[in-house]
This record gives sequence, structure tokens and C-alpha cells, in this order.
Amino acid sequence: MSDMYRDLILEHHRYPHNYGTLDPHDVSQEEHNPLCGDRIRLDLRIADGKIAAVAFSGKGCAVSQAAASMLTDELIGMDLDAARAYSKDDVLELIGLPLDKNPVRLKCALLSLKAMKVGLYRYLGQQLDTDELD
Amino acid sequence: MHTPPFDIAAVRRDFPILQLPIERPVAFLDSASSSQKPEAVIAAQAAFYRTTNANVHRGVYQLSEQATYEFERARGRVAFFINANSAREVIFTRNTTEAINLVAQSWGGSNLHPGDVILLSQMEHHSNIVPWQLLAQRTGASLRAIPIDSAGRLVLDDIDTLLQGVKLVAITHQSNVLGTINPVQYLATKAHAVGALILVDGAQSVPHMPTDVQALGIDFLAFSGHKMLAPTGVGVLWGRKALLDAMPPFLGGGSMIKTVTIEVSTYADVPARFEAGTPMIGEAIALGHAIDYLEAIGMANVAAYEESLGHYLLDQLAEVSGVTVYGPPIGPDRAAMASFTVDCAHPHDVAQVLDSEGVAVRAGHHCTQPLHAALDIPSTARASCYLYNTTQDIDRLVAGLRKVTTLFA
Ligand SMILES: Cc1ncc(COP(=O)(O)O)c(C=O)c1O
Repeated sequence: MSDMYRDLILEHHRYPHNYGTLDPHDVSQEEHNPLCGDRIRLDLRIADGKIAAVAFSGKGCAVSQAAASMLTDELIGMDLDAARAYSKDDVLELIGLPLDKNPVRLKCALLSLKAMKVGLYRYLGQQLDTDELD
Repeated sequence: MHTPPFDIAAVRRDFPILQLPIERPVAFLDSASSSQKPEAVIAAQAAFYRTTNANVHRGVYQLSEQATYEFERARGRVAFFINANSAREVIFTRNTTEAINLVAQSWGGSNLHPGDVILLSQMEHHSNIVPWQLLAQRTGASLRAIPIDSAGRLVLDDIDTLLQGVKLVAITHQSNVLGTINPVQYLATKAHAVGALILVDGAQSVPHMPTDVQALGIDFLAFSGHKMLAPTGVGVLWGRKALLDAMPPFLGGGSMIKTVTIEVSTYADVPARFEAGTPMIGEAIALGHAIDYLEAIGMANVAAYEESLGHYLLDQLAEVSGVTVYGPPIGPDRAAMASFTVDCAHPHDVAQVLDSEGVAVRAGHHCTQPLHAALDIPSTARASCYLYNTTQDIDRLVAGLRKVTTLFA
């Protein structure tokens, strides 16, 4: 647990970065985890092939909220290609949690990534293979 | 806390998993999900594979005869345990879910018509909702739910209105979230008065209290072995013989037939008609031994001990600030479990912190989304007790919850 609830996670959970909604936005995607009812909405504004602004909102456990907070920090200014390629492993490295043997919590950690990817692929008119995110 | 009516230390020693030399022994408070297994049950299943293994109802050789004898003995033990009229009323299924689906497809498929109503409740497990939805879609019947009040009890003031047009009442005996014990006997009388049948989901009740299907006056009972000290993979459907006799098969295959030609078959009598294919022989035999174990302690003793544990659990949780417990206050209609939320922390985080303290509880919606919608919360954490739990387990839960509140405050 000391691992799971490191100060950084608790800090992001308590004071999430980029919390809220964007109006107007180019992408707005809501995803939820039917196991626990966690919900995350992720909004993106896109300009010049980059993510110009990002915000998330929703409710959920510390892991899902902190992961969303950290991911949104990463996404600001990112190329769409890089965002599209952003992976599960990137998120795990970003949040620094060893969740490979923790399939239930893994879903929490990846909820915001899923929202970003589903939303971005739709915006680009491309088909997303959600296998790696489920 | 009164002295337990049985030797709790001896009982704990019977469960290998409670003896594991992990850093700290686990305070296992998730028996509502699946119980631990005593050595006697584990050994019985292993002994079957070591000494008796053969298919049942097929061979004339010695091993198969003995396997069949033990398998049928288990059926008899189940019948005795729930006071069935006859072992022929006991059908082995994989679990509660399959037992309910069996009734929905077989009885429901041939008895329900457009406009008929199936009456459930707001507190049902998805296992006692979805099979009826599938049936309703197939037959044109519809579902209706008995509402619950703020204490988590069924609201039965309008039961006569609710029962209009009802052909089947499908209701849980004990809620797996609220711990509410429902007045099944009363509902059986009410259902029968309008010509409806009643199926009881006994997944949470049969493991924890004496069950007498005849005294309850019900028509079908479904329950799972794995929640009552037996292995996964075996469950039970009990039904009144006359009803079962009139029901068409559920799954087709070997064992459930009398004669087969390429065009047509005739079907075996119950219970074989509903047990297509090779059954879960070792698991069913082990279920018989789980029943032996529970009977040796006495289900009334199990219930009495759990009542005092439940008392302690609710009293202790009331002492932790920021914790909200759902379900009725302790009393004759309240089981030894508590689903709760903590003001400052999500149930997942609560369960995770508790886990790091060696306390196993479940977090989520516990397969009761309509109930959580009615309570207006996405999920809860749940601590549930069984005969091997002690007040120390509950003390550790409470100490863990205090950690949660400091960490997340
Ligand atoms: C009230 C209730 N009904 C049905 C079930 C389903 O049991 P199983 O998963 O063994 O079929 C459960 C257990 O999760 C339960 O608690």
C-alpha cells in the first residue's frame, strides 16, 4: 500500500491538475469502469496537430483520479501522433505503480488513457483497437 | 460478545488458509463472495480423485459404482440439509446463477406468456435479474420490482397491487449487500394466493442459517456450494417434485435421456433430466462433506454465533467517524455483513488500504447495480462474516479503517 498510496498519488488525488471541462472542445470522451462505477470525462482542444488544452472531470478512486491528473499534465502540448501512440506502459511508468499483477486496479489506472484514445481516434476518424486498454 | 456456541479456535484450525504463514494472517471478511474451505472438504475432494475417480451412472465396474454411490449420497445430504421431501428434488448445477437460469428457461419458457409479470425486488443480485430479462424478451412477459425503504428493507405495503398479473416471484432470501433477511415465508403465502410460484435465491441464506424449504412454503430454491465451505463448480436447484416433473429439459445431452433416435428423444426423470453431461462429481461429493461439517456444528449455532458477530461488527463500525453503513440495524432480519462507504475515500481505496493491513473486504457494486442506483452511490466496500471469523478480525477492520481516514483525510 505504501507503494500504491505514495505521496505523489495522494497529492494528485487531493489536488488534481487540469480538473474541469473545456468549452469549446474538439474532443470530449467519457469512459466508465462498470466494475466500480468510476467515471472519467476527458476534453481536448486541438491546434496545429498538437493538444493545445486538456481537462478531465469525473469521480473515482485515488488511482484513477491521480492517473488522470498526471496524464493530463503529460498531454499538454503533445503531438497527436505521440498521443495516439501513448501506451499502457507509458501510463504505468508515469504514475509509478507496479500494477501488472493487479488486473482490477489496472483498469482504474488506465481509464483516462482509454478516454483519451477513444476520443482522439474518433476525432481522427480512425479505428482504435481497445484490446490493450481492457 | 457471548461465548460462541462452538469451539471457534478449533474451527479456525480446520481452515488451512487461515493458518498460512503470511506476514500476518489474513482477516478474511469476504465470505459473502466465496467462503474458505475446511480441510475435511479439501480432503474429501482429493480423496475422490485419489481413490474413487470414475464417471457416474455409467460403468458397472466397482469404481463407477462407488463414485455413483458417493455422488448420490451428496444429493441426499443436500436434501436433508434443506429439508426437501426427497433427494429427487435436488438438481446439481454449477452455481446459483445456473440454477436460476434453469428455472427461467425451462419453467419460464413453457409457462410465461405476453402480459405475465415476474416480480423481483430492488435488492436482487444480477443473477436474479438478468435471466428473467432474457425470459421476458423471449416470452413477452415483463419485470416488476418490489421497492426498498431507506433502511434497506422491502416495502410490502402495496404487495397486493404489486402481485397483480404476477406468475412468478423471484426474490433473494438474504441481500448480499444490505444483509437484509427477507420475509420469504410471507411472500410465499402471498404469491400462492394469486396463483404465482416463488423462487428463492438462497445464495446468501443457505450458508448462514437453517433452511427448511417445506416450512418456508416455497417452490424453488437456488444456492451455491462455494459460499458454504464447498468447492466452486457445484450449486443446487431445489424444486417441488410435481413442478420439476412437468418441466422440459434445460440442456440436452448425455445422462438426461431415456431413448434417443436421430429424430427424437425421450427424457429421463428428474433430477437426471436436468443434469446433462458428466456432472461435477468430486465437487458435489465435497459439498456433501461441507454439509457434514456444517451439520456437526449445527446451523442454529452458526446463525447464533454470526448474529453476535454481526452485532459487534455494526457496533464497531458505528464508532468510526465518516463511515456510513447501509442496511437495517442489527436484529432478526439483519445478517452479519456490512456494506459501507467512507466519506473521504473511494471504496476501492478503502479495500486497498485494508488489504495492506491484511484485511480482505470486497469493493464494488457486488453485482447489484439496481440496488446501488436506488441507494444513489456507485459502489461500496463490504465486510462479511462466517463461522470462522472472530471479533479480532473485526477489530483489525476497524483499525484499518482508522488508517484509511488518516491517510485520506
Ligand atoms: C444473493 C446472490 N445471488 C446470486 C449469487 C450468484 O452466485 P454464483 O456466482 O455462485 O452463481 C450471489 C453471489 O455472488 C449472491 O450473493
